[in-house]
Amino acid sequence: MTWAAEAWLAYRLRWKRRRLLFRALRKRRQLDPVRDLTSLIKPDDILVFSTVRNEALRLPFFLAHYRALGVGHFLIVDNDSDDGTQEYLAAQPDVSVWHSGHSYKLSRFGVDWLTWLQIRFGHGHWCLTVDADEILIYPHHDTRPMQALTEWLDAHGRQSFGTMMLDMYPKGKLDAERYEAGADPFERLCWFDGGNYVMQKKRDLHNLWIQGGVRARKFFAERPERAPTLGKTPLVKWNRRFAYVSSAHSILPRRLNLVYDDQGGERLSGILLHTKFLHVVVARSAEEKHRAEHFANSALYDDYYDSLQTAPDLWCEQSHRLTGWRQLEAMGLMSRGNWT
Amino acid sequence: MLVHTAFGRAEQVARHWSAAGCPIVIHADKNVPKKTYTGFVKALSDLPNVRFSRRHRCEWGTWGLVAATQSASAVMLSDFKDVRHVYLASGSCLPLRPVQELVDYLAERPHTDFIESATTADVPWTIGGLDQERFMLRFPFSWRKNRFLFDKYVALQRKLGYRRRIPNGIVPHMGSQWWCLTRQTLSAILEDPDRSVYDQYFRKVWIPDESYFQTLSRLYSRQIESRSLTLSKFDYQGKPHIFYDDHLQLLRRSDCFVARKIWPFADKLYDAFLTDAAGAMKRTEPNPGKIDRIFAKAVERRVRGRPGLYMQSRFPVEGRENGLTCAQYSMFEGFSDLFENFGPWLARVTGTRVHGHLFAPERAEFSDGQRVMNGALSDNATLRDYNPHAFLASLIWNTRGERQCFQFGPRDTVKEIEWNIAKDPNAQISVISGAWAVPLFKSNLNFSEIRQEAARLQQIESKHLDVLRSPWAKARIRIWTMAEFIEAPMEPLQTIIDEIGKQSQHGLAEVPKMADLTGFGQFLQNLKNQGMHPYLMGDFPVEHRLHEPERGQRKPYLVR
Repeated sequence: MTWAAEAWLAYRLRWKRRRLLFRALRKRRQLDPVRDLTSLIKPDDILVFSTVRNEALRLPFFLAHYRALGVGHFLIVDNDSDDGTQEYLAAQPDVSVWHSGHSYKLSRFGVDWLTWLQIRFGHGHWCLTVDADEILIYPHHDTRPMQALTEWLDAHGRQSFGTMMLDMYPKGKLDAERYEAGADPFERLCWFDGGNYVMQKKRDLHNLWIQGGVRARKFFAERPERAPTLGKTPLVKWNRRFAYVSSAHSILPRRLNLVYDDQGGERLSGILLHTKFLHVVVARSAEEKHRAEHFANSALYDDYYDSLQTAPDLWCEQSHRLTGWRQLEAMGLMSRGNWT
Repeated sequence: MLVHTAFGRAEQVARHWSAAGCPIVIHADKNVPKKTYTGFVKALSDLPNVRFSRRHRCEWGTWGLVAATQSASAVMLSDFKDVRHVYLASGSCLPLRPVQELVDYLAERPHTDFIESATTADVPWTIGGLDQERFMLRFPFSWRKNRFLFDKYVALQRKLGYRRRIPNGIVPHMGSQWWCLTRQTLSAILEDPDRSVYDQYFRKVWIPDESYFQTLSRLYSRQIESRSLTLSKFDYQGKPHIFYDDHLQLLRRSDCFVARKIWPFADKLYDAFLTDAAGAMKRTEPNPGKIDRIFAKAVERRVRGRPGLYMQSRFPVEGRENGLTCAQYSMFEGFSDLFENFGPWLARVTGTRVHGHLFAPERAEFSDGQRVMNGALSDNATLRDYNPHAFLASLIWNTRGERQCFQFGPRDTVKEIEWNIAKDPNAQISVISGAWAVPLFKSNLNFSEIRQEAARLQQIESKHLDVLRSPWAKARIRIWTMAEFIEAPMEPLQTIIDEIGKQSQHGLAEVPKMADLTGFGQFLQNLKNQGMHPYLMGDFPVEHRLHEPERGQRKPYLVR
């Protein structure tokens, strides 16, 4: 790309970011506070931002996991749950809850709402933007809390931290066993695809577009370009001028997308363990297909939802069993970089 | 003890030193708010052997740190007359061995100064350049706050050829800022009649805390041990490595006296090292070797990465891969056409994993008919062709430790992957050109179809050979025409197998079975007669010749 084209692109992205921020500003009216505990947020707290819908099953483990890692406060938008999610969240001592009955898709999959909350409360904090089915782990997470990680990132002049989503699945039919709220989901969802990921660098935003894994293998083998995006930049030292572009996959300004080393080295990175394939996924696929709220071109994903409803077995002979972060590090699914 | 943050921990460590009978002088950064400072002073007021020295503003890389050290040293020397060694520590230093061991160690070496001190000319270890220049240029601007001016001023001085004069012909030395000096040496430095000259000079040196005492101690010390008693590691950006709870065993085994920098919330480390002082008295020398190796490896991983790995935090631009794949592999073109049992034979002889055509249009023909390979790599052709390079890199990565061999030919999806393989120094490519004609020769197709297919394959292979012969190809490539190859097949086979390097010493005990080529020459002639000149297989005579075995009695190959 020539210098002029590059400058023009940078200019357009700048306006795109402003547009996204303005959008978030308009959508703030779609949020009704249910329980506002944000006055409890301390200056150094790590904050979790999330949009949820009917996640009463996953939230107990989700909250417990991130509390154990040292998260200070949760800011959660409840998108019209009817399974008691809102009541459950409102009863927590460290969760602020907003409710919205508006369209998830039209709020760019909840991102507009979260962007507004990040403008309000995220400025100057390390902010983790994850879904209720995403469990962040990183090298040494069993011995070092997230404060150690964010301090280290600060000391090394890094404002963002890259991860890959790792789809975890059970052996056998997806709905063969029921998961009970609060239990460790990885007791049954302990299998994953170890080495079938593909990635390319996005020309405009410079983020890595990672695809592959079990969903590409089982559901998108004939349409790999449609396979879900797995790269995410969920942990960012937030500034009120930042904005996620599509979910947490990419962010503006785009320097924050450079969570990878392009000179041959390895940067510190983590994994989002994805608990999508709990038994509820089977029933939910029917609903999601009907609501058509999860993908930009939802009709293209009908087959995907149809096959999920048959509760297929995702396991294969070459699946790996999760033993811990050291295993994922050795397999090259995440890296310690120079954080030893 | 230089302190600027984590005062709770600093207090804890100060109490530890103090309880072991070591007097302490503490310098707190002037940037610390008054309230915090007075609270800290008050917290330590019950200790009789603790003093606080005049506060200076300490910014990394500037004179303040040296000034702070000077003031504190002066207090130490004047207030505590029986101190023989002065140990410079920071608030995030943690004693790893009982203090008495350190005291004994120093008592046995009463005239030794422990200070890392090397000339810049001999050891180019500084990070980010500025090793000689930090003594030759002036640095009035802050690197942290005024990076732009800092850089511009350095550039300007370079351009003008500016050089500072070094006073009294002292030889600049550098080293870790954490030292342990004897009273004699330290007082000689502080009481030097020319001290104002040196101070004036070092004020404008870049990072003087790593060179002031390191240089001047060379003037007075009776005996310098050029090493620091403090275990302190820096990464490739000059940032100190931090020790966490999980480093407990590593630190214990290091036998070092003091380590920095400790994470303030590493409760386990502080609990372990500040409480069990009764530990067995060891007279061992510090041995940070293992820690050195681990940190060196971490830097290596950060800077060079694992070759052949592509992931969310390693995605090298073209040319910086440090290996397109992670291990050597072999690609065979034409061999499985010419030999009937080439795959099984190769697997037996070399003990490697032998696949069929990995890039076949229908599916990736993994070894033993597997549908999914290591790492859950699917044999689906669409999935593979979505990103063939990632497919190959993943396959080689997933099977680390086991050499992979596969077949390739003009029937496969060639275009998308051929450059990746040709440019990969890990690839060993062996080609028998024109061998794709053998299956056609054996086939039961109509001749017009054969002719069409032959023309197509020849065109593809011809372009493919251009790629292999291009100057950018970095693989180990061998190309034979088919005619050349069957003239003496054993020699090339032996060479290839030797290179894979796993077979027995005695040469090839067993040979693959070549397809029956009786009539092949005539077959090629027929193609020519149809106007399609097959040239990639070399010159095949129409009539029967020696290399075409007599019907019924095959000519045995020579086994070397």
